[in-house]
Amino acid sequence: MSTLAQKKGFGAVLWDYLTTVDHKKIAILYLIAGGFFFLLGGLEAMFIRIQLAVPNNDFVSAGLYNEILTMHGTTMIFLAAMPLIFAFMNAVMPLQIGARDVAFPFLNSLGFWLFFFGGVFLNLSWFLGGAPDAGWTSYASLSLASEGHGIDFYALGLQISGAGTLIGGINFLVTIINMRAPGMTYMRMPMFTWATFVTSALILFAFPALTVGLFLLVFDRMFGSNFFDPAMGGNTIIWEHFFWIFGHPEVYILILPAFGIFSEIFAIFSRKRLFGYSSMVFATVLIGFLGFMVWAHHMFTTGMGPIANAIFAVATMAIAVPTGIKIFNWLFTMWGGSITFTTPMLWAIAFIPSFVAGGVTGVMLASAAQDYQYHDTYFVVAHFHYVIVGGVVFALFAGAHLYWPKMFGTMLNEFLGKITFVLFFIGFHLTFFIQHFLGLWGMPRRIFTFLPGQGLDTANMVSTVGAFFMAIAVIILLINIVITSVKNEKVGNDPWGDGRTLEWAIPSPPPFYNFKQLPLVRGLDAYWLEKMEGKKGMSPAEPLGDIHMPNNSFIPFVISLGLFIAAFGAMYRAEHSWGIPVLIFGMLITLGSMFVRSVKDDHGYHIHKEDLEDSNDKGVKA
Amino acid sequence: MAAEQKMTYETWPASPEKQTLEAKNKFLGFWFFLGGETVLFASLFATYLALKDKVPSSDMALAKDLFEIPLAFIMTMLLLTSSLTSVYAMYHMKNFNFKKMQLWLGITVLLGLGFLGLEIYEFNHYVHEFHHSFTSSAFGSAFYTLVGFHGAHVAFGLLWITTLMIRNSKRGLSLYNAPKFYVASLYWHFIDVVWVFIFTVVYLMGMVG
Ligand code: HEM
Ligand SMILES: [Cu+2]
Repeated sequence: MSTLAQKKGFGAVLWDYLTTVDHKKIAILYLIAGGFFFLLGGLEAMFIRIQLAVPNNDFVSAGLYNEILTMHGTTMIFLAAMPLIFAFMNAVMPLQIGARDVAFPFLNSLGFWLFFFGGVFLNLSWFLGGAPDAGWTSYASLSLASEGHGIDFYALGLQISGAGTLIGGINFLVTIINMRAPGMTYMRMPMFTWATFVTSALILFAFPALTVGLFLLVFDRMFGSNFFDPAMGGNTIIWEHFFWIFGHPEVYILILPAFGIFSEIFAIFSRKRLFGYSSMVFATVLIGFLGFMVWAHHMFTTGMGPIANAIFAVATMAIAVPTGIKIFNWLFTMWGGSITFTTPMLWAIAFIPSFVAGGVTGVMLASAAQDYQYHDTYFVVAHFHYVIVGGVVFALFAGAHLYWPKMFGTMLNEFLGKITFVLFFIGFHLTFFIQHFLGLWGMPRRIFTFLPGQGLDTANMVSTVGAFFMAIAVIILLINIVITSVKNEKVGNDPWGDGRTLEWAIPSPPPFYNFKQLPLVRGLDAYWLEKMEGKKGMSPAEPLGDIHMPNNSFIPFVISLGLFIAAFGAMYRAEHSWGIPVLIFGMLITLGSMFVRSVKDDHGYHIHKEDLEDSNDKGVKA
Repeated sequence: MAAEQKMTYETWPASPEKQTLEAKNKFLGFWFFLGGETVLFASLFATYLALKDKVPSSDMALAKDLFEIPLAFIMTMLLLTSSLTSVYAMYHMKNFNFKKMQLWLGITVLLGLGFLGLEIYEFNHYVHEFHHSFTSSAFGSAFYTLVGFHGAHVAFGLLWITTLMIRNSKRGLSLYNAPKFYVASLYWHFIDVVWVFIFTVVYLMGMVG
């Protein structure tokens, strides 16, 4: 057991990360991979905005534009936003409930590698004959007609990474139910943990619908079935239903954790208990529940008929109620608090008006009759960027600054952080506010260019200028990360000074077993309670004893690699003779390594009490 | 209680599948997994119902021409019985009777194999007698996908149970492998429940048109 901090060579560190089952290291893997895909998706966004900056532009061709647009949406949702959220869930949630790890450390690692290989597979399409080009929604009537292998990359890549997400969701659910520290009742769980809980339930019930949709798409494109082909009795609308039965809960899978992060931030930097905690919990659960009832608001113009449209319109509007509850609770949390304007808090404050604007346009879109005007125009583009960027991306930036010290043991520079914030905030509104009007003036979404003299020129240019502000903001964040990592000034347990929940009671970064002794939780904001009573840390709930830890494993990597290889075989099966052998070879790797995992006993190991006592000097308090 | 500990009939607890934290996690996690599987099959059922009898030309076989109750009934009986025998196996597992557990699991596997054999015969029959194949129509695609997914689950379950039986044949029961047997039998019950719905929705409802 040599995992304690000592200098290691690069090879050893790499091997450590390839085999790790520690939730804190897996969080870092998610952060790096998700961050990489975020930059990639951002680059694609810049290409989109450059192409649309002036009328009749030929920066990219129409076909390439479709590929860039599709990959931008797909990458941002599946490969950037979700993994980055998973990074914070992994880094923080087990600490917040006072657990030593997640329920299934092995599956946690498997989930990451599946996502990673799925994402790499999807992006290899750029080099292997062209990326998918039917939009991130990949409607069947378009995607079946798309030539080349782009759509196959989409379907197989998302299938692999989706499996990883599903595994992650189950893991978090079981962790929260079974692994809470003594005294950590459900109604004492921090809001971010609650958000993780509800989000995981949404993942569990939403992703299988996408899985089935993707299977049908793969079967139709590669194995000659006829699900979406009307000439053979099929029905292309089936895809739309599956996609949105998954897709609408997906937007809540993104936004609920964002709400969770902001709830933590508002409480910490207002130095006040979160206002209306129980109504926050209630609203989160209700949003999760309603999120499954509204998918067809994306299909108002499909021809479902007035009754179905009316029902889905009303259900959609209903979601604004619990969301409104949350907005007011955040405002009341700040009310009368002693607010400090740190970088995370700036993002949180800016989030409220930005996100509310997106919610308002959402309710406008929810009115089915109006949606016939808005649908497939830039108005919709403006709506979802207001909620996703103004909600999710703001939360990711806020969370990165807030939890950086917990994850890496050093603080991001506050001054640079604020510059990033200001530039991004300006850039965001510059880019997307005007798009509402572009939509109302009749500019359709997903077009590669437009003609001059239609009143769209200036607004598109404004939008592009805004995008550059955001790009610069992200570059400054990268510089900040480099500077911070080089300086590497170590910080203590509670670097913000006002931490309220358990993660701030232990060192930054925490030891690999998190808690030497499990803490005794005596109420909401467990650590804050102890601080208010003049104590320096948590009181332990158990005597010092041996700690049981899971073994590292390379198998998750190999399982995922096998699927990655098999996907190539499946895709090239028709035109290359090596297709089938490669498919079988890949499946054998995957099944073989699953078999090894299942027959080889893995009992983990114990850290002995005496070793824990030795490491007292490292400041490990319960 | 440590998972590796050697157990006897006397020390064997009442719920051996839920003694350690790992076991409790596995137990709960597996239930959630089955929740996800339920959505998966619900989606496949919805697809089947939407595409039932949707064929490109009027001379192609429809559900009422294809399905025969006797065969489906025998398959149902085989699978239902295998669920019962897996319950017996779990009963003996709880009583620390390893040999009898293995015996009943073995019978479960044989019944499952019988089911799979009949399913293969059935598919073959439809393809050759009725030209009803995966690619012949949307109806065919939906039918083979729904029933085939179930069949693949049965096959996976058989592999899983057999692997467990062989792996543990020499070492008997412990708190480490008891939860493994238990979730495998849960999975088997789940497959059985799905089949009951397939029997109703595909075969019985298919007969009435
Ligand atoms: C009060 C809350 C909300 C309401 C009432 C609402 C309503 C709607 C409606 C009706 C549409 C369909 C517009 C059309 O295609 O014609 C839509 C699109 C969309 N919404 Fe929302 N929404 C809300 C919140 C959110 C949130 C929180 C997110 C994500 C974090 C989100 C993400 C999206 C996305 C991505 C689309 C476009 C999908 C596409 O066609 O590519 N929405 N919204
Ligand atoms: Cu929606």
